[in-house]
Amino acid sequence: MALPQAKQTATEERLASLTMPDAGCTRAAREDALARVLEMGLPGRRDEYWKYTRPDTLISPEAPHAALFLSDEETLFGEIDRLKIVFIDGVFSAEESDDLELEGVNIDRIEDICCKDIHWAKELYGVLEARGQSPVQRPLAALNTAFAGDGVAIHVTGKPSKPISLIYRHASETSDAMLHHIVRVESGAEVTILENGPAASRFNKCMEIDIADNGTLHHVRAQGRDHERRAMTHMFTRLGAVSTYKSFTLTANGVLTRNEQVIELTGDDAVAHVAGACVGDGDFHHDDTVFITHDAVNCESRQVFKKVLRNGATGVFQGKILVKAGAQKTDGYQISQSLLLDDDSQFLAKPELEIYADDVACSHGSTSGAIDETALFYLRSRGVPHKDATNMLTLAFLAEAVDEIEDSALAEEIVTRLEGWLARRS
Amino acid sequence: MAALDQTQVKEGVDQETVDAVREVGTYKYGWDTDIEMEYAPKGVNPDIVRLISEKNEEPEWMTEWRLSAFDRWTKMEEPTWAMVHYPPIDFQDQYYYARPKSMEEKPKSLDEVDPKLLATYEKLGIPLKEQMILAGVEGAEDMPAEGRKVAVDAVFDSVSVGTTFKDELAKHGVIFCSISEAIKDHPELVKKYLGTVVPVSDNYYATLNSAVFSDGSFVYIPPGVRCPMELSTYFRINAENTGQFERTLIIADKGSYVSYLEGCTAPQRDTAQLHAAVVEIIVEEDAEVKYSTVQNWFPGDENGKGGIYNFVTKRADCRGDRSKVMWTQVETGSAVTWKYPSCILRGNESQGEFYSIAITNNYQQADTGTKMVHLGKNTKSRIVSKGISAGKAQNTYRGLVSMHPKAKDSRNYTQCDSLLIGDKCGAHTVPYIEVKNNSSRVEHEATTSKVDDDQLFYCRQRGMDEEEAVALVVNGFCKDVLQALPMEFAMEAQQLVAISLEGSVG
Repeated sequence: MALPQAKQTATEERLASLTMPDAGCTRAAREDALARVLEMGLPGRRDEYWKYTRPDTLISPEAPHAALFLSDEETLFGEIDRLKIVFIDGVFSAEESDDLELEGVNIDRIEDICCKDIHWAKELYGVLEARGQSPVQRPLAALNTAFAGDGVAIHVTGKPSKPISLIYRHASETSDAMLHHIVRVESGAEVTILENGPAASRFNKCMEIDIADNGTLHHVRAQGRDHERRAMTHMFTRLGAVSTYKSFTLTANGVLTRNEQVIELTGDDAVAHVAGACVGDGDFHHDDTVFITHDAVNCESRQVFKKVLRNGATGVFQGKILVKAGAQKTDGYQISQSLLLDDDSQFLAKPELEIYADDVACSHGSTSGAIDETALFYLRSRGVPHKDATNMLTLAFLAEAVDEIEDSALAEEIVTRLEGWLARRS
Repeated sequence: MAALDQTQVKEGVDQETVDAVREVGTYKYGWDTDIEMEYAPKGVNPDIVRLISEKNEEPEWMTEWRLSAFDRWTKMEEPTWAMVHYPPIDFQDQYYYARPKSMEEKPKSLDEVDPKLLATYEKLGIPLKEQMILAGVEGAEDMPAEGRKVAVDAVFDSVSVGTTFKDELAKHGVIFCSISEAIKDHPELVKKYLGTVVPVSDNYYATLNSAVFSDGSFVYIPPGVRCPMELSTYFRINAENTGQFERTLIIADKGSYVSYLEGCTAPQRDTAQLHAAVVEIIVEEDAEVKYSTVQNWFPGDENGKGGIYNFVTKRADCRGDRSKVMWTQVETGSAVTWKYPSCILRGNESQGEFYSIAITNNYQQADTGTKMVHLGKNTKSRIVSKGISAGKAQNTYRGLVSMHPKAKDSRNYTQCDSLLIGDKCGAHTVPYIEVKNNSSRVEHEATTSKVDDDQLFYCRQRGMDEEEAVALVVNGFCKDVLQALPMEFAMEAQQLVAISLEGSVG
């Protein structure tokens, strides 16, 4: 079917500004992805999946200007022993990064594996993204597969002693970065991946994660605080039997953020938890879009998303649990809540269930409102000043999402960040 | 039934028993009335629109209104966003106007009424006293009515065949008649309100309805009047290949109250039939309207053949402060349902409520829910939706709760629960929540589960058979909604819940 004219034009204009990297073994996958982009067209305002978020600035040929955020605070995860992999405006920096050698894991730049004939990454690059295009189209992910300039392939074969930390620095005020990572967690292996930083003025990141039977992956992410940055991220995760995937994202600031999580539970008894805490002030639009497919027996999925909004900030949540026929004994849970600190902010949600199996327990809840006056009164009557009481209640509200992080040291880092954000605003 | 077909006949159960059980679940109202009908030519075009207008003896402005709607309809596209699938509808391959020949002139006495029409109402279970009135007999109103009075407007295919208790209602200033009569007798009211809640070009089916609606009910409750009896409309589709397009307009003036019931059935046929209705309700200051529906159109047979495509637009506009509207629906029929009774809460402190039970079995598909649009301050809404899916059916709740920036201190509570019976069906929830101020509270909860084994076991242990047990558990699941129904409907609905699910347990 021909695309609507406006969509066709926007897609052509965006593609004209891009060049496909000379990418050796990923070439075929990239060309397939480009074909998908041409067929689907880039997202437009009228697309149902973009009902609450305007994609215009994510698809424009040039990245909008974004000032750098300078802070003298300690770097996030600074206290944590980790293996650092640094990207500056979307380009790998060997000088800033640690030595990529670590027991239990092999890390390669996508660019390097392209020279090797036989590499596991070829079996994964673009594969989960392509699977994730149905039943809902995600053209910006296909665009990423086709044109991503850099990224790493992480092959986890054991239990590495420290987390792998991807750090995204923002250096140029007009940078437009696309990164594509692939992660394969082998049977019985376990790894923690950290991500932080604004990355670029406009950042399009795609990560494909394949977790084999009994594998475990923990993911903790903090998106950069540059007020004017834009980010569009996709995480495509496929889980085998008895495997575990737990992901947490903190978003503070940023003019536009859309995080898509596309999770497929393909093996029995798998567990997937995704959580997010976001705090937004002023010109801030944050969109969590989650699509979880249960395609095996006795799996568990859990989505916990909390948003604190003020000064006209907008929070969006689109979450879906799809239980396919035969995925019996599914336990699906989803909660999305917003705390509106003033009258200008808004919360837009579309929490969906689509269920084709009868022996399941699925539920979702969504609430929105101001700080509970009774709780506030209780604290104030015990002598807590208004500001402190508000902050205390706000943190308590976000706690359910932060609690999804299993590692207490990492959770603490996140809480410190949230406290800092609140302190600066009261 | 489908689930039953799949089930292997267990040891000790003979085929006869299986067949008997299958028999019970068949549609009770699937018979048709063999009556001489008068049709407009097949298809829809400006001439047909003019013809319908002419048959109803409408004034020029009404004809123009219809024609402009038709013009817009030709430029619109059929919506595809709902989670329902059906073969493309050929809008030119059906009749848009059909009426019993005997209705050409209104019968004056019982002897003049076509006995077949009479038999139809008798069979539909409408009491004799009412039946006489329904068939349009003048003078029957004077007979003493037993028990609680319910005034009925009966719509048979494209025409209203009679409205009961008209005179008694008139004593209170209440106008209850068919919309075709209202256009003739109360043009000022119709002109003022028609199309103000559901605009002509609101959506594809509403626009088509605006062009070709043939009849429907009209209700006006004057200021300060509490309608002395319940009003109801009974819709019957009888003719083959005929679409029913009825239009209902209810106006509750300041401080008035009315409870309105709607029922519908259709014969069992192999080909699908279209039903595209529009209901508009205007609720002024301090007024209250209760609108209850038991929708039992022919759902198609157990193989998914035939049935009614029920594409309905219903909306209430709470214009005045402290106005209140309550929608209650029990949706058990129709092959495909596409229906979202909505509330526009414009007046300050206005309230909207939506209680729904949607049951789908065999190959039925339902995509139904509500919209609560909060515009006024201190507005409240409550949504309770129970979806039950069995056989190979698909059941979707789709709803919108919108809090506008000016709707300060408003409140919404939504609960939608789905129950699955069998592993071949689907239950889906698609809520949209839009909150644009912080003094309002919005809460949404949804669950999906199967019939609880412990509850079933408990019932079985006390000697119930499996179907009875399931019906009891399901009735318990629907309790919140059943309680919101007027008494007459609640009893009927409770039985319907059981009948609709018969044969769904293997």
